[in-house]
Order: sequence, then structure tokens, then C-alpha cells
Amino acid sequence: MPDLSAPSISYVGLAPVLIVLAAACLGVLIEAFAPRHLRWNVQVALALLGTVGALVAVVLVAGRNELTAARAVAVDGTALFLEGTIAALGALSILMFAERALDPAKSAFVASAALPVGSSADRKLAAAPYSQTEVFPLASFAIGGMMLFAASNNLLVMFVALEVLSLPLYLICGMARRRRLLSQESAVKYFLLGSFASAFFLYGLALIYGFSGSVDLGEIRESAARSGSSDALFVTGLALLIVGLLFKAGIAPFHAWTPDVYQGAPTPVTALMAACTKVAAFGAILRLLYVGFGTSEWTWRPLIYSIAIVSMVVGAILGITQTDVKRMLAYSSIAHAGFLLVGVIALGDAATAGRGLSSTLFYLLTYGLTTVGGFAVVTLVRDGDGEATHLSKWAGLASRSPLTAAVMTLFLLGLAGLPLTSGFTGKFAVFRAAIDDGAWPLVVIALLASAIAAFFYLRLVVLMYFSPPAEDGPTVGVPGLPTTIVLAVTAAATLILGLAPNAVLDLAEQAAVLVG
Amino acid sequence: METQYLPASGLLGSAWLLVVIPLLGAAVLLLGGRRLDKIGHLIGCATILLDFVLAVALVAALAGQPDGEKAVTDTLFSFIPVGELQVDIGLLLDPLSAVFILLITGVGALIHIYSVGYMGHDPDRRRFFAYMNLFVAAMLLLVLGNGYVVLYIGWEGVGLASYLLIAFWYRRPAAATAAKKAFIMNRVGDVGLIIAVFIMFATLGSTSFADVFAGASGLAAGTVTALGLLLLLGACGKSGQVPLQAWLPDAMEGPTPVSALIHAATMVTAGVYLIARSAPLFDLSETARTVVTIVGLVTLLYGAIVGCAYDDIKKVLAYSTVSQIGYMFLAVGLGPAGYAVAILHLLTHGFFKAGLFLGAGSVMHGMNDEVDMRKFGGLGSKMRITYITFALGYLALIGFPFLSGYYSKDLIIEVAFDSGGALGWILGGGAMLAAGLTAFYMTRLMVMTFFGRPRWDKDAHPHESPAVMTVPMIILSLGSVFAGFILVNVFPLGAWLEPVFGPEPEADHVVAPIVVSILTTVVVALGVAAAWFFVARREVPIRPPVNVSPVIKAARANLYGDAFNESVFMRPGQWLTRAMVYVDNRGVDGAVNGLAAGLGGTSGRLRRTQTGFVRSYALSMLGGALVVTMAFLAVRFV
Repeated sequence: MPDLSAPSISYVGLAPVLIVLAAACLGVLIEAFAPRHLRWNVQVALALLGTVGALVAVVLVAGRNELTAARAVAVDGTALFLEGTIAALGALSILMFAERALDPAKSAFVASAALPVGSSADRKLAAAPYSQTEVFPLASFAIGGMMLFAASNNLLVMFVALEVLSLPLYLICGMARRRRLLSQESAVKYFLLGSFASAFFLYGLALIYGFSGSVDLGEIRESAARSGSSDALFVTGLALLIVGLLFKAGIAPFHAWTPDVYQGAPTPVTALMAACTKVAAFGAILRLLYVGFGTSEWTWRPLIYSIAIVSMVVGAILGITQTDVKRMLAYSSIAHAGFLLVGVIALGDAATAGRGLSSTLFYLLTYGLTTVGGFAVVTLVRDGDGEATHLSKWAGLASRSPLTAAVMTLFLLGLAGLPLTSGFTGKFAVFRAAIDDGAWPLVVIALLASAIAAFFYLRLVVLMYFSPPAEDGPTVGVPGLPTTIVLAVTAAATLILGLAPNAVLDLAEQAAVLVG
Repeated sequence: METQYLPASGLLGSAWLLVVIPLLGAAVLLLGGRRLDKIGHLIGCATILLDFVLAVALVAALAGQPDGEKAVTDTLFSFIPVGELQVDIGLLLDPLSAVFILLITGVGALIHIYSVGYMGHDPDRRRFFAYMNLFVAAMLLLVLGNGYVVLYIGWEGVGLASYLLIAFWYRRPAAATAAKKAFIMNRVGDVGLIIAVFIMFATLGSTSFADVFAGASGLAAGTVTALGLLLLLGACGKSGQVPLQAWLPDAMEGPTPVSALIHAATMVTAGVYLIARSAPLFDLSETARTVVTIVGLVTLLYGAIVGCAYDDIKKVLAYSTVSQIGYMFLAVGLGPAGYAVAILHLLTHGFFKAGLFLGAGSVMHGMNDEVDMRKFGGLGSKMRITYITFALGYLALIGFPFLSGYYSKDLIIEVAFDSGGALGWILGGGAMLAAGLTAFYMTRLMVMTFFGRPRWDKDAHPHESPAVMTVPMIILSLGSVFAGFILVNVFPLGAWLEPVFGPEPEADHVVAPIVVSILTTVVVALGVAAAWFFVARREVPIRPPVNVSPVIKAARANLYGDAFNESVFMRPGQWLTRAMVYVDNRGVDGAVNGLAAGLGGTSGRLRRTQTGFVRSYALSMLGGALVVTMAFLAVRFV
């Protein structure tokens, strides 16, 4: 009879995740019981409280390195760094959710998602200042799931977290107030393809369990070390697990959903997905590869190496011909995922231990902040149909709204990785780690891809500054306090992490610890 | 000779003010903008006058130092502290730089005052004074620097000021082109100078005068010769010596006070200063010194010949400057015997050539800015002061006995003969011949301008210039008359410069000085007579005669100097740039554009895979998953 005593759980170590999930649960209750006129403010406050609270909790918990809940969840430097990053980026996204000043109907979210598009009730509600406040608890659930995803040391927990983060995202993708059909289409696509990817993950999980008899990453590693990791079950299982994670991270060739969903989803949701989901997915990738399959590095390394190349090249080349800002940023995120994999490759030996890990952590932070900022600017540029995302609408924006154009330029330069922006520091860190690890051909390709990608970032800059303004051009909305905070924080971070990144780089270096 | 520089103290420690005062003046004038238009010229003059007073005080203080302590240095701050390269900004005040600061601030002050009148009607007079102040500051830094790097800063500074002032009337294409020409030809020389500085650092680890001169004797002979020739290249560029002479006559497109101060009295003598300052290096290389003398001889003959053929009063004076600086190069190349003589000629030339240019400016001022001497004539009666001061400058330049030019030029010819051997005869003979040519072209200039029948344009109303212009001319003409006598007999320059160049060697005369003197005077008289015979006795045609001998044609085309530059450097350079533009457009751009088009095309084709259908996305995922799995299995089991 196996011992069935309850596992000990370190509630302190899990506090960041628990706070966000608690805020989400409370949000559901408020949705059910609070009077309508209070809901918006209470939901915003609660969601912010949850994410900011999680960030505070991360700071307080920092320094712990343990496995808790029967080794299912890791509380270590990497997990806490990623949880903090997700919480911070999540808080910024929630602020964008809460923006009331930009859309004439006071919200980017639909009043009632259940109404058929174009029905008379839908038309009646189109201009009404209502919106579905469910988005806040849903976003909180997603953020909680992401934090758990990045910290799980157990494939089953990882899968559960994957679903916890995915399901709410599928929903809120379809809740745009404007262009509802596009939004709903994107939600359905995301859901279908996400389920497909989950199936791959689950199948891989089953195969790995069949191979090792365990879903614990540490035990998987030990059994792989024992049997030489050349079992077909093991290899196929690992491949399918990786496919599932690559999908979530939006890495080519599993990127097909990204442009459509990024374009269709309400822009605050896109920001949440582009920043937080990517961080979470990379957290899971890092943990899976470094902890669970660290001893079988030579099985996955060539593959990740080639996938990094494919993702960088596909993102950079396809980005060239995009005519929509949101799609362009989507391809940018695909290319950036490739750059992140360059950091993942650099597992390093004893001398450079942690260099690849810490540089990837740093890159995730810088990329997330800049991307949220970029999408925040997208919410400002509007015409009669909502956001004006077609590139032609952005022509001559600098003459109409110099500040907006300047801030967007900063983000674009950051994404392009120009010196004095955080993008440069991040790229420099991962590329250096990869070169130290001997992967210089990969770095050469990464640099070429950066050069190609720079084209479409700079094209937008050129368009904003050197083209005559479009006649029926969009207006640039005056953001309310929430979006202003987002823009200020992200712009400052893009600059500061480019000019004086040492403190944060050191932090990432200290955080580069994986237990298990 | 041991070079020892003592730390500066007391008044001598304030030499930095010399540079800072005009620099501040320039800054105030440039930053003050149009608000200072009314008083800009006063600020400009005040700073230079103040500088002159300070310079006099400093030189007096230096003269008061006991023997052997007449060189003080003052390190101001560390400029380039990088690894082994330690460059300090420091100043050196010794008898040589003392002579220069007096010349620069003294002549500079007079020309500033003159410019108040000359530029009186120019709306940009403030900008003019700003640049002039900038020039004075840079020139003082050049001569006061205690190392080659500081010298180089001043060197580039005067180049910049010269460029700005030649192009002062930048709306005139000719002025803009001339400025560009001056700048580019100077770059050629500057490259030589900067490479010399690099070599000093590479071989000696330092660029300060003290270290370089102390370590020079330890260098290989080839290195010293290379240093000498590179410094000479720099000097040729700045001083308008063959083969880099072509920019100087064109530089006359600038306002005439600029020609007087920068392109006659001071900046163009910087090359002479550079070589004189580097005397300890040149003393070690016979080859380098010989090349210097040859450059000097070729240039002095070149300038004198071309000067005979031009009708533009300023161009004639400019070629005369080229020629006279050639004399200085010749002297300075003759080594210890010639250094002090070269500086003497530099000073006397500074007086009379500046005076001549100011006189020319005064003539132009009265003649609606006309420069063609064929349209002058008979101006002596209309402009008495200009005429008299100009005539004194003329007599000084041709070496009329006991005027300044007589002392300095005679000495140069004498020293040239004394250098001995066949080369000595060639140098001395050439210099003497050029003295005759000088007399010819200057007499021609005098006659065409001030004597004879008026050939003025109809709307010309020649008149004397205001006192603010004539007084500086009078003072400079006094200098033209007496400077030579004073510097040879009253305050002997040779003795004053002894701490710098060492004692003058005992002369071993090949030809007795008195013979040289008489012969030179005879040659000069012949030149004057020839000019009288060919120019004054005949009617001067308003249009230059067309049917002339090939010699005159060649001289009118400045001995094909410009044609040479154009055919050897400019045209091949243009072909090269055209070829490179072609390669850039077709090759580089073609490759880049082709690559971009290729990427764009790839992007367009790849984009078609993004159909928008979930089913095809799912298929692509399945395909990807299959590939990944297969690859994994292949890696493991194949």
C-alpha cells in the first residue's frame, strides 16, 4: 500500500500564483453578485491588485530554491523571475484592458459577446458604454495559468497550466468591440489550433510516461540518463512535447495562427498574448529542456538549432510584406521567438553556466516590455472603424502627432535591436551566450535575420516621418491614465534597459537557477 | 644642443590667455548673432588689441629672463590619456614663438582695424570678425603649442578659419570653389603632418617637442628623413609651396584683409615655422634639408615667373607671396645658417606684404572692387597715402638698399651661395635671378596701377580710403622701411633666436657678402629697368595682347600648374569616382537591391501559405510535427 499522505505545500513559495488565481476567482464572484455600475471599477482594481500583488510577492519570496507540492511546482530563481515578469507584463496589459478614454464606447471589449454579429441587438449595443467585465477575471486566470506554466516541474501540472492559460485567452480573443467577425474568427482559429497543439503535448506526455513511468521532470531526466535516452518512446514523446510548446510560443513552423489571432484579437489581448504567453511558453521550454531533458541535450539541440533558424528567417522575411501593423508585430514576435531560441541553445558548459539561461530571461523581459508598448501605441491610432492598423494610415503620423510617432519609433528601434535600446542589450546578451557556446553560425544567421527584420521596423519609422500624411488619416486618441502609465513604463524601460542594463542583467544572472 | 623647457611662472604662466581671448571673442560674435551686428567689429578689434598688449608684456617678461631660461612651458590639461598615448595640451613660450605671437597679434590688430573700414558696407561684418578672431586664436595655438599634437590642432584650426574666410562671400561660386580647393589641397599636406605625428608616437612614444627632439638622435636615419619629408609635405600644403601651391592664388577670392593677414603675413608662413621649429629633426637629415631647399628654389622661381604675367593685382601679390615664402623655405632648408635668416625674412615679409595687400585693398575700395590692373593707371595722384605706403612696401619687397627686404633677402641669397658646392651656386643664382624677376613684376604692378594714363571704367571714381584704413597702412609701411634695419642692427634677431637654433655657425663665404649685395642690387635694377622699358614706356592695352610668346602664354597659365593638377589628379579622380559610382550603382546597389527584391519575392510567395484557413494551418502544424518527430528519430537512430 503506497503512502498516501498529503504532500507538503509551500504556500509562501506559491503565493504569487495563488494571489493572481484568487483575484480571478473573486472576480467571478463579483461578476455574479456586484451591481453593474460598480463592476468595472471593482474588477479593474481586483485584477490589478492580483497582478501587482503577485509581483510584490515575487520580490518577497525571491531567493528561495525548492520544489514544492510533491515536486510538482518549482520555486526557484528562474520560476520567480518569470513569474515576476509575467505579473508585471500582465499588470500592464490589464491597464490596457481598463482604458476608457480611447474608444467612444469606453472599452475595447464588446458589450455582449453572445449576440450574433450584425443583429439588431448587437447594433443597438455597439455604441452603448457597456462592456463585458468578465474579461478581467478571465485575464487573471490566464495570467495565473501562465505563471504556473513557467514554474511547473511536472508534465501533468504543465498541461493543466497550459489549459488554464489557454482557455480564457481563446475566449477573450473573440471579444473585440470593433470588427467582431474578425475577432471571433481569430478566437475559433486559436481554439482549434490550440486544441490540436494540446493534443500533441498530451500525446507526448503519454509517451514519456510510458518510457519513464513518471511525469516528474527530475525523474524523467534520471530515467533518460539510465537508459541512454535512445528509446523511440522517449524521442517521439520529447518531439511531441516540444511541438506543443513551440505552438504556444508562436515559433515557426507552428506559427501559422499567430498573425491571424494577433490581428483579430482586441489589441490589449494581443499585447497580453504577445508578451505574457511568450514568456510563459519559454519558461516551460527552458524548464522542459534544461531540467527534464538536460542530459539528452544532443537529442534536442540540433532540432532547436534548426527551428531557431526557421523561426527567425520566416518571421523576418514574412514581416517584409505585411501591410497591417498588428500582423507586422506578429511576425516580429515570430522572429523574436527565434532569437530567444538562440539563447536557449546556449545551455553552456561549467564555465558559462547559466549564461544562456540568464540572457534568455533578460531578453524575455525586454521583449515583453517593448512589445506591450508597441501594441499600446497601436490602440491610440484610430479612425471611424476603431484602430487604424493598415500601414498606409500611419503615413505622416509624425507631423500630426510627434510624440506618438516618437514613442512608437523608440519601440520599433527597440524591437529592431538598435544600440541604446533594451532590444540591443537583450540581443547582445543572447548572442554572446550563443557564441560562447560555439553556436556562432547560428548567431551569424540571427544577425542577418535581424538586418532583414530591421527593414520592416524602419519602414514604419520612415512612413511616419517622411511620408505626407494620408488625407483621410486616422486621429491619434488622447490616452487616459491607464494607457499613459503603460506607455511611460514601457518607453522608460526600453530606454533604461538599453542605457544602463547592468542591474537587471545582474538580477537575471542571479535568477538563473533551476531546481529539480 | 640640449633642449630644456622650464615650467612657466608668474606672467609667463598666462600665455594661455593669448589663445583664449580671441577664441572667446569668436564665440561671443558667433553665438551672439545679429544682435551684435552693430558692435561686432569693436569686440573683434578689442580682443586682438588686448591680445597684442598681452603679447608685448609676455615677450618683455621673456626677454627679462636670464640666459638659458628663455623657454618656458606650461602644461594646461591632459588631452588624450589613452594607454601609452599620453597627450597633454601645453604651451611653449620661447624666443621663436615670441616672435610669432608679436607678428600675429601686431599685424593682426592692424588688419582688424583696417577691416572695420574695408568691411564697413558688408552686412556680414560681424561674421567676418568672428572668423578673424577664430583665426588668430588658432594661429596662436599653432605657434604656442609645446608638442606636435597641439600644433596640429592649431594647424587644422587655421585651415578651418582660412576655409571659412576664403568662402566668406560664399554665394559667389568662385569663392566657394576656391575655398574648397584650398581645403582639399591643404588636406594633402595635413595627411603628411599627421602621419609624421603617428610615426613620432610609434617610434618615440611621445609627440611633445621636448621628447621628440631629445629622442630624435636615437632614431634610424631613414626614419628621421621620412619625418622630415612628411613634415615638409605638411608645410608645403599650408604655405602654398610647389607642388601644393595652386590653392594660394585662388584664395584671393576672400576679402582682401584676409589675403593680407592669413594668405600673406601669418598662416602661409606656418610651414616655415613648422620646419624651423623642427630644426633639431632637420639638422639630423641632410636629405630632408636638401629637398626643402629645392622645393624653396623651385617655388620662388615659379612664383616670380608667373607673377610677371598676371593682370589681377591680388593674384600678382599672391604669386609674389608664393615666391617670397619660397625664399624662406630655401633659407630654412639651409640649416643652422639659415633658420634665423628665414625668420627674419618672414617678419619683414609680414610687414611689407601685409602693407601691399592692404594697399591693394585700398585701391579696390576706391575702384569699385576692380582688380584688373589694365583698368587702373594714374591712381598715384588720386590716392596719395595709398600710393606712398604702397611704394614703400614695393621698395622693401624688391630689396631696395637699406629697406627691410634688402636685409633679409640679401642674407638669404648670401647664405645660399655659402652652402657651397654646385648646389650652392644653383641655389644662390636662382635666388638672385628671382630677385630680378621680383623687381620686374612689382615694378610692372606699380606702373600699371599708379602711373600712366588712367584707363578706368566709366563709373569709377577713385578716392582715398578713410583713416581707419590708411593708418594701419602707414604703420605697416614704416615697418616695411625700418624692420630690416632694426632686426639686424638694433635688436639682432639672430641673437634673440640663439636659444632656439643654437649659435649661428661661423660663415665660410664662397662669395663675399658685399659682392652678393652689389650683384643683387644690380640684378634688381635690371629688373626695374626692364619693367620700365617694356611697360611704362608703352601704352598699356586694356585687353591683354593675344599674340604673345609661348613663355608668356605658359606664365599666364601659371606654368600649367592648374592644368597639371587637373589632368593628373582631378580628371583621373573624376574617372575613378565615376567608375566607383558605376560599381556602386550597378554592383553594390544591384546586389543589395537584388537581394531585397529576392527577399521581398520570397516573402510574397511564402505569404500565400498564410491562407487564413484553419485546415491548412492545422496541416502545416501536422507537417511540422511530423518533420520534428522524424528528425528526432533520424538523429537518434540513423
